Amino acid sequence: MDCYTANWNPLGEEAFYRKFELYTMEWGLKEDLRDCLVAAAPYGGPIALLKNNARKEKSPSTRPLLEIYSASGLLLASIPWKSGQLVQLGWTASEDLLCIQEDGTVLIYNLFCEFKRHFSMGNEVLQNHVLEAKVFHTEYGTGVAILTGAHRFSLTTNIDDLKLRRMPEVPGLQKPPSCWAVLTQDRVTIVLLAVGQDLYLLDNTSCSVVDKLCEFNSTIRSPPKQMVWCTRPRSRQRAVVVAWDRQLMVAGDSTECIRFVLDEDSYLVPEPDGVRILSRTSHEFLHEIPEASQEIFKIASMAPGALLLEAQKEYEKESQKADEYLREIKDQKLLPEAVSQCIEAAGYEHEPETQKSLLRAASFGKCFIDKFPPESFVRMCQDLRVLNSIRDYQIGIPLTFTQYKRLTVEVLLDRLVLRRLYPLAIRICEYLRLPEIQGVSRILAHWACYKVQQKDKSDEEVAYAINQKLGDTPGISYSEIAARAYDCGRTELAIKLLEYEPRSGEQVPLLLKMKRSKLALSKAIESGDTDLVYTVVLHLKNELNRGTFFMTLQNQPVALSLYRQFCKHQERETLKDLYNQDDNHQELGNFHVHSSYSEKRIEGRVGALQNAVDEYYKAKNEFAAKATEDQIKLLRLQRHLQEDFDKPYLDLSLHNTVSTLIQDGHHKKAEQLYRDFKIPDKRYWWLKISALATRGDWEEMEKFSKSKKSPIGYLPFVEIAVKHHNRYEAKKYAPRVTPEQRVKAFILVGDLEQAADAAIEHKNEAEMNLVLSKCSAATDSAVMEKLNRARAQLLKK
Amino acid sequence: MASTARRDAPEPPDFGILKRLARDQLIYLLEQLPGRKDLFIEPDLMSPLDRIANVSVLKHEVDKLYRVENRPAPSTSDQLCFLVRPRVRTMRYIADIVNADKMSGRSRKYKIIFSPQKFYACEMVLEEEGVFGDVTCDEWSFYLLPLDEDIISMELPEFFRDYFLEGDHRWINSVARALQLLNSLYGPFSRVYGIGRCAKMSYELWRDLEEESENDGQGRKPEIGNIFLMDRDMDYVTALCSQVVYEGLVDDTFRIKCGSVDFGPEVTSSDKSIKVLLNAQDKIFSQIRNEHFSSVFGFLSQKSRNLQAQYDRRQGMDIKQMKNFVSQELKGLKQEHRLLSLHIGACESIMKKKTKQDFQEMIKVEHALLEGFDIRESTSFIEEHIDRQVSPIESLRLMCLLSITENGLIPKDYRSLKTQYLQSYGPEHLLTFHNLKRIGLLTEQAAGETLTAVESRVSKLVTDRAAGKITDAFNSLAKKSNFRAISKKLSLIPRVDGEYNLKMPPDMAYVFSGAYTPLSCKIVEQVLERRGWQGLEEVVRLLNGNEFAMADGAPEDGAGGDAQRVVVAVFLGGCTFSEIAALRFLGKERGCRFIFLTTAITSSARMMEAMAEAKA
Repeated sequence: MDCYTANWNPLGEEAFYRKFELYTMEWGLKEDLRDCLVAAAPYGGPIALLKNNARKEKSPSTRPLLEIYSASGLLLASIPWKSGQLVQLGWTASEDLLCIQEDGTVLIYNLFCEFKRHFSMGNEVLQNHVLEAKVFHTEYGTGVAILTGAHRFSLTTNIDDLKLRRMPEVPGLQKPPSCWAVLTQDRVTIVLLAVGQDLYLLDNTSCSVVDKLCEFNSTIRSPPKQMVWCTRPRSRQRAVVVAWDRQLMVAGDSTECIRFVLDEDSYLVPEPDGVRILSRTSHEFLHEIPEASQEIFKIASMAPGALLLEAQKEYEKESQKADEYLREIKDQKLLPEAVSQCIEAAGYEHEPETQKSLLRAASFGKCFIDKFPPESFVRMCQDLRVLNSIRDYQIGIPLTFTQYKRLTVEVLLDRLVLRRLYPLAIRICEYLRLPEIQGVSRILAHWACYKVQQKDKSDEEVAYAINQKLGDTPGISYSEIAARAYDCGRTELAIKLLEYEPRSGEQVPLLLKMKRSKLALSKAIESGDTDLVYTVVLHLKNELNRGTFFMTLQNQPVALSLYRQFCKHQERETLKDLYNQDDNHQELGNFHVHSSYSEKRIEGRVGALQNAVDEYYKAKNEFAAKATEDQIKLLRLQRHLQEDFDKPYLDLSLHNTVSTLIQDGHHKKAEQLYRDFKIPDKRYWWLKISALATRGDWEEMEKFSKSKKSPIGYLPFVEIAVKHHNRYEAKKYAPRVTPEQRVKAFILVGDLEQAADAAIEHKNEAEMNLVLSKCSAATDSAVMEKLNRARAQLLKK
Repeated sequence: MASTARRDAPEPPDFGILKRLARDQLIYLLEQLPGRKDLFIEPDLMSPLDRIANVSVLKHEVDKLYRVENRPAPSTSDQLCFLVRPRVRTMRYIADIVNADKMSGRSRKYKIIFSPQKFYACEMVLEEEGVFGDVTCDEWSFYLLPLDEDIISMELPEFFRDYFLEGDHRWINSVARALQLLNSLYGPFSRVYGIGRCAKMSYELWRDLEEESENDGQGRKPEIGNIFLMDRDMDYVTALCSQVVYEGLVDDTFRIKCGSVDFGPEVTSSDKSIKVLLNAQDKIFSQIRNEHFSSVFGFLSQKSRNLQAQYDRRQGMDIKQMKNFVSQELKGLKQEHRLLSLHIGACESIMKKKTKQDFQEMIKVEHALLEGFDIRESTSFIEEHIDRQVSPIESLRLMCLLSITENGLIPKDYRSLKTQYLQSYGPEHLLTFHNLKRIGLLTEQAAGETLTAVESRVSKLVTDRAAGKITDAFNSLAKKSNFRAISKKLSLIPRVDGEYNLKMPPDMAYVFSGAYTPLSCKIVEQVLERRGWQGLEEVVRLLNGNEFAMADGAPEDGAGGDAQRVVVAVFLGGCTFSEIAALRFLGKERGCRFIFLTTAITSSARMMEAMAEAKA
């Protein structure tokens, strides 16, 4: 550990920088980097390389080759470049490769060199060509800036929501600026450019000169090849790494600088906490030493962390010095700080050995603290385990702890998924105990979406494999996977996958998209969601011809009912077609009856009803047909009556029609209807006597009562007369009432004496009691006595 | 009532939160359309609204209130808000307003708030009428209105017709959501029972919703432990019988609307109507609502004597006592006095009506129908009833009761009664009869209705290659009521020696004067007793199945506290006050509490009216 600080280079008073190797590059590159277009994605992302780009003459054999490597130099994919001349490569925030052509067209590939889409930077760029281009990242997403041949800037701040912006002209710019960059500040994107000795800021409206923050003289005459920031978050130090062909320089506020010699062509990749340096043989990381590491490892440091590390080492040697060191920290009450420092510093180390020794020290120190919360320690162990596993050259994502925290584990998982490293991603989810829906399920779903694209396996195999692995894992949407399968042109596979989807509601939209409408309809009905059924029905209505549409509905009663309901209120004519199609004559009949209601003219109503009659006959519903025929007959008749008597008869029931006729004294007419419509005798008698009573035509009533024997008896006569408060008339009929009802009749007319006599005659105790209950002691004492006597006699027997 | 209650029934949960939730959401939705506006309200949302919010809440930046009716509104506001049920008819009304504005070049903002939820069909209509882009839509999830401490209504009377007649499944979703809401607030329910197709579908949809929403109520203490779902078509008979418990009679006579009733001048003995809220808060009503009508009058007169006695205490009071009396008791007494006189008035009015129309005779016929004797006499009675034009609804009800207890009318009666009916009440009822047949309320006995006959019918349909018709055929099979067999199996007709004691009733049959135990309530009783359907297989078969029972980690007997003695009885298609009274009685007997959740309060008249085909 003595040599630990050997690669530390001081800059100014406080800061140290170190450069160490991440990987020996595996790519076996023959070309010089300077002959290639290079782009490496930040956060340890992949490297894109376009070889042979410079050659102008394009014979097919020497087509440029586009290759994508992991950060450790493992080839991920490659394709021969067949499109136009490329000016610049760049990566989006979601690790898609942007290939910017000379004509301003931007082609987007994923990291397996699969083409995704393209867009153009506009006409102006097309005409003047791209001179230089830069890909930059903003809070909106990934942007592209172009310097055209006319020395104007065009840019878009988000390629997913393309809005092209042409920046104002830079006064007096005759040749390309020696250097320029895109900055974003408060959601405004601006271009910073150097013209000669001056710096200009180009915003949406104007171009202004800006002050310099600091100046540094490199004493090298040739312009640098690349220049990137190299700072760590929360550092007080500002530093820039500047690269020439064979020299690298870290320059900051101070007049000093750090120089490194470069053995090979190198390419700088800015990271939020340092700079990665790529060359043909190696991949290095240059960064400012974080504070915690400085405290612990600085030579002769007496910081608590440094002492703790020392104490632990002595403890392992079984030396008593351990106790001395420990005591020294404890005396200053700095043990918790010491532990925290060790934990933090462990995060900044790439070498597992160093990580371990720091963590061991922390763990050792923890033992002497009463209640040190264990979370930070556990968390760090977990994080480091994850980081070490992804830094492995097979995986090749050299994330630092700082980058990892900024990227978040969710995004890291996305990136692993993007590289199709499903098992590792799942392992990490399980290790970190992420909730299934965010973790394992999501990754399995991605895996399945990838799986469906494997064309060499049969639909059955793929579906089976997917179901085997996914099962009923919560949060898995089989319909999404199916949608992907459909997008790849595997409809059958999609349908098979949909079978596994437990929510039938989710199956429907995709089935519709795949034109499996009938299946969609069944599924919609299964779901019990009527809105979904309506969606499918409407879809079918537009997709199929009317006949087929109706046929489809006929087989699905639930959908049919729903559609009928809709038609009833919205498209009555369709309803008729629907019944016609089905030869449903009964419903057709009802339909016509219903529409007769809305006809204003009698002829119209009769016409509609006649249609109904025809349909009812076809439906073999004689009753309905007859009833409707009667209705037509009645309607016609009512019209005549209306004309003859100048009184509204329309829409009265038969009963009421006849009743009205009698009340108005048209007895002949009434008699005719009675015969024509075969009104049953009972009804006619009820009807007639109540109508006559209403009219007060007691004479006619008496005549009628004698016309023949009443089919309803004579009690109704009594009742109706009493109802109209005519006791005199009522009394006439009481004697004619059948013996069984006579008591009731006499009571009704108020003749208690006769009622009593009838009851006594019947020897019926209940009747006697009934009469008794109506008697009042004051007026009917004689009757009561008679009844009581008769009752007593009856009971004796 | 029954003094033998083993233990007191638990108090019902507080359903006030349902009102608060609905009110808060409505205010929120109204605020989503900032600024002054006119509010259009669907007429049948008026009463429910009234129960949860007063006008000042509605007047939230609202200038004028209109009813949604079939004529254009004179509104001049620049913002119109519609609070409506999801009906096609209403959508057309709104579309007409919007289109009229467009024609006259007027631009306004329109917002539609659907209660309880939006249906795709509504959007379809708006789209077809070309106004979909002009309106914004929202949902007011007002699924449950607590009418009383133990009655929750969805206030969806159209559910009955839509589902059972038209086969429209839309409302099932609303039921499932309502169950979800109830479960989330007062559950989790540990036992679920049910019978009927709709009950089953609702249950399954509800279960799916619960699965999707993923918020398990673990750790919450349930207030309701059991739920029982039943389709109205499991038991039409009970709903068709004349009601004789007080609350049912008041409903049959005056129509209780959304928990309150308008007592007309004949009750109030003044020249104006009085709107009275009928619920457990009404001290008089709460004591008589479940009583058989014959005991109500006696109770009321006893009560008035007591009241008089309390008033009389004034005599011989000194000044201080009098002051106390006036400040503390008088108000309560006066209130009681007012209610007492109203209920006495209502009783008188009921008595007058019921004696006039040979009510006793009609009840006798009903009982004969239920017991299955004197069918000929009953048929003649019904015929006379029709001939004399006593009441179209009553006539129809009796016909249906005859049909359903007899498994259909014999063809001769079927035709003649219908003919009589059309002559009496008008030919337009032809369509009503068609509807009644479809729903299975008024059917014809098929000659030799045996299995072979059914089979031949089905096989004929198979040759027609119309699978849909087969389902229809099976549906019509399903509608065979089998009432007589079920009645025997469950002994619905009590065998009592001597007079049935209506004052101290021994069982639920008291709600029909001891002549008949309501089938629906009997099923609930049996299933709760057996903790499932074991032993009821035959009944289930006769009812056409679709039964289910689920015990989800239900605690064993005794454990689980009061919640296990609270049962929600869900009636899909409506429940009557007689059924409510019967189950309340059962609850008292068994020491459990029934909560009633119904799509709407129903009665025989409401059911019959729902079957009528509206003219145009």
